[in-house]
Amino acid sequence: MSLEPQELDDLTSKIGRKPTSTELQIVAAEWSEHCSYKSSKKHLKMLPMKGPLVISEKGYDSGVLDVGYGYVITAHIESHNHPSAVEPYGGAATGVGGVIRDILSAGTRPIAIFDGLRFGDIEKDLQARWLFKNAVTGIADYGNCLGIPTIGGEVEFDECYSNYALVDVAAIGFGKKKNLIKNHAKKGDLVVLLGGSTGRDGIGGSQFASDSLESENRSAVQIPDPFIEKLIIEAILEARNQNLIHAMKDLGGGGLSCAVSETADALSIGIEMDVNKVHTRESDMNPDEIMVSESQERMLIVTNNDKLKKLQKICKKFRITCSVIGHVTSNNMMHVKKGQKTCANLPTDVVANATLLDRPSKKPAYLKNIETEKKLKPILDYSKMMMKFISSPNIASKIWVYGQYDHEVGIRTVVKPGMDSSVLRLDNGKFLAAKIDGNPKHCYINPREGAIGCFEEACRNVVCTGAKPIGMLDHLQFGNPENPEIFWTFLESLKGLTDFAKYFEIPCVGGKVSLYNETPSGPIKPTPIIGILGLIDKTPLYSQKITTGDCLVIIGDTKNEMGGSEYFEYIHKFVGGKCPVVNFQESKTNMNIVLDLIRKDLLKTVHDCSKGGLVVAISELCMTHQIGCNVSLEKVPGPKLEVDRILFSESHSRYLLVLEKKNLKKLEDLLKKSKASYKMIGVFGGENIQFNQENKNVIDLRVDKAQKTWLNSLRELVVHG
Amino acid sequence: MKIGVIVFPGSNCDRDMYHVLTDVFKLDAEYFWHDKGLPKNIDAVILPGGFSYGDRLRSGAIAAHSPIIKDVKKMAEKGIPILGVCNGFQILVEAGLLPGALLKNTSLNFMCKWTSLIVENNKTPFTNKLKLHQKIPIPIANGEGRYYVDDETLKKLKKNNQIVFRYSEVVNGSSDRIAGVCNEDGNVVGMMPHPERAAESEINPIDNKPSSLIFESLLNTIGVKN
Repeated sequence: MSLEPQELDDLTSKIGRKPTSTELQIVAAEWSEHCSYKSSKKHLKMLPMKGPLVISEKGYDSGVLDVGYGYVITAHIESHNHPSAVEPYGGAATGVGGVIRDILSAGTRPIAIFDGLRFGDIEKDLQARWLFKNAVTGIADYGNCLGIPTIGGEVEFDECYSNYALVDVAAIGFGKKKNLIKNHAKKGDLVVLLGGSTGRDGIGGSQFASDSLESENRSAVQIPDPFIEKLIIEAILEARNQNLIHAMKDLGGGGLSCAVSETADALSIGIEMDVNKVHTRESDMNPDEIMVSESQERMLIVTNNDKLKKLQKICKKFRITCSVIGHVTSNNMMHVKKGQKTCANLPTDVVANATLLDRPSKKPAYLKNIETEKKLKPILDYSKMMMKFISSPNIASKIWVYGQYDHEVGIRTVVKPGMDSSVLRLDNGKFLAAKIDGNPKHCYINPREGAIGCFEEACRNVVCTGAKPIGMLDHLQFGNPENPEIFWTFLESLKGLTDFAKYFEIPCVGGKVSLYNETPSGPIKPTPIIGILGLIDKTPLYSQKITTGDCLVIIGDTKNEMGGSEYFEYIHKFVGGKCPVVNFQESKTNMNIVLDLIRKDLLKTVHDCSKGGLVVAISELCMTHQIGCNVSLEKVPGPKLEVDRILFSESHSRYLLVLEKKNLKKLEDLLKKSKASYKMIGVFGGENIQFNQENKNVIDLRVDKAQKTWLNSLRELVVHG
Repeated sequence: MKIGVIVFPGSNCDRDMYHVLTDVFKLDAEYFWHDKGLPKNIDAVILPGGFSYGDRLRSGAIAAHSPIIKDVKKMAEKGIPILGVCNGFQILVEAGLLPGALLKNTSLNFMCKWTSLIVENNKTPFTNKLKLHQKIPIPIANGEGRYYVDDETLKKLKKNNQIVFRYSEVVNGSSDRIAGVCNEDGNVVGMMPHPERAAESEINPIDNKPSSLIFESLLNTIGVKN
């Protein structure tokens, strides 16, 4: 774990001498892919980052959006893939901790956590099951202890993650605009390290995360302590209220090296610090270890001499340690000393700005014939197949997961986890809906269209609650970028996301790139994750109980887009075909009309149609509301298709609307005007979920039986195997 | 009149409780940090939920030795209404103010879900506006929420009418489905579910009235609004 030979030459020529050992450690951490984004940074600029609600300040680790009446929300997304793959409990827990501190850095209180989890095939792979179980417990133990509700996320299993794990964590913060920390510093200000002690855990973590996972380096995984994190949150917010913080940064990847160099670079200052002043867990740590340790629950704060006493008093109240480790200088140098001895003295812009790379890209060979379909074995009994399908790990209810997360604490959660997206109430009378979505199966077949699909799906989910998307977070996870074929998939996804974001004017407010996600059997499938924040000015759509006689209307066409569908992959074990493509115009029309219908209070509930297709979406409505439904498949709008295509296609831009019959006429008038493709396709009632085509029954499931299977199968699999 | 909301390092439902007391029920409440005493003019004390001391050793075990607990004990003796919710209940049990113990749920997992309670004692300061056997939809969120008492103590609890709430279903394996108990005098009540998460219609998907009555009972007991 060190610099590449050409990087060493680069560093030597920039500073005009041979670097010291500490300097090498600092620069290796900061120039790692994880910290420097050296492969991706040039390209990330294409994403739109500005918008009327976006507030940008220097040195922020999270995106900030103005939500009105003097309030802001902050948002950020991170992953902790490498650590979670070797030590799932600690890796996942510290992943939560890190993103929470990014939210705190802006001076806002964290109010929600989201998790995207991906593992190998837990039906066959015991290690994947172990990773899954422990990652969930790690997140639960950390988030629950902090008292920050985990209100959403996703869980997916795919063989491409065998012996590996993707753990993505997003967090949202909320606060008053006037309380945002406006990072600034002047000569003579003090640099304070606050929180947990610096130990030997997590040494070289960011370089570890920037290599392919070949060895299980457990010592590079940080140790979680949510109790200290909770005390830090309260102490920092108290210090913020007393105006004691000039600038603040969380210690994450690269530890002190990154926090000190990035703070100094962002604020155009220099920092002189003494490693002897850092409170350490062990007495004999050398400067190199102290500078790159990634011990958790630490914050770097810039304050001044007058405010220090008050800050120390707050720390004493919460019994957390704070050490003055250095001071601000005006020479733009990062000067690290041990007592009187200089260990490193580097220009901050050299440390904080690795030379960016222009990696070659090439369309992967595997994509050449991927859209060609093979002949499938006919399904003789769809009802039987459906029972297997709804108990499969990707389709089954994730209640076993979110039931372990405190999703009520904070008493903001007005729409609870389990449906399209959760909704939080804000202090300004508005509501915030948020969702994260990914779809590696689609992205593997078509990195561009798959990524756009994730974006649209996350938008659909918040739209289902009546929220208008106002901001996006992206987390781009790919394999080794040195492979031109992998780098091509990265660029394709990024271009797709950019096009969609521009068309819909949804700014990207935060993001992360995670590369080198390689397993012993090769790279992961391209896995961009999109988080969407949606704002509701008045009231969200509170789902009302579906009762007998209620109508089911679908908006959007069902197309022959089966590539990457759960049906092809889980039932037929076939990877290929044409993946769903979002038509931007159609997407916008459908989004707008759904929001309009919700505002006009015509709907009981809205559900998005995605993984598993129409049949799963309708069954979910029935199972959640414990009522049957009679669906006529021949009425489903779109081109004429075989029955399995209508049932399982994962075409985008589709919404299921449930309404009382008396509102149907009014609804149809509005839909006609909107030019959206729609049809009433079913009526609720009875105890069976029935799908018919031309009066011939295709699927017939008892709701109670299906519900029991759907709710319990994931827990059964994890707990009893 | 004033309600004291005690905050320990790691408490995380203190702000929720404070919001419900002050913003929803217009009661006068004040936070008290664990390392100090309580003033004499306090009319009721609430120990909110959370993870005091990160649940180290046992949930509630360290907080039960906080300086403020001495005053809580004195107030308990004087008959002042005291409510412990979730971790607050665990602390009251560890402090010896309530009988029993709270063990890991039978699922061995943290559980966050909506369930319902049955009112078994409507004579306490926190239940006097509720009807006997009234159902209360309410969420739980805990890992060590399984109330346990030995058979002999259970008999005593029944005899003294110390069982305040039972779950309407088997939730976590607690003795006799107990969700909340009181001391012999009835002024100290502990419960695992969270009434502060169920007292507003906006966040209660079923019915917020019954949980509201827990706070209205307190209002009824101590009298005056802010």
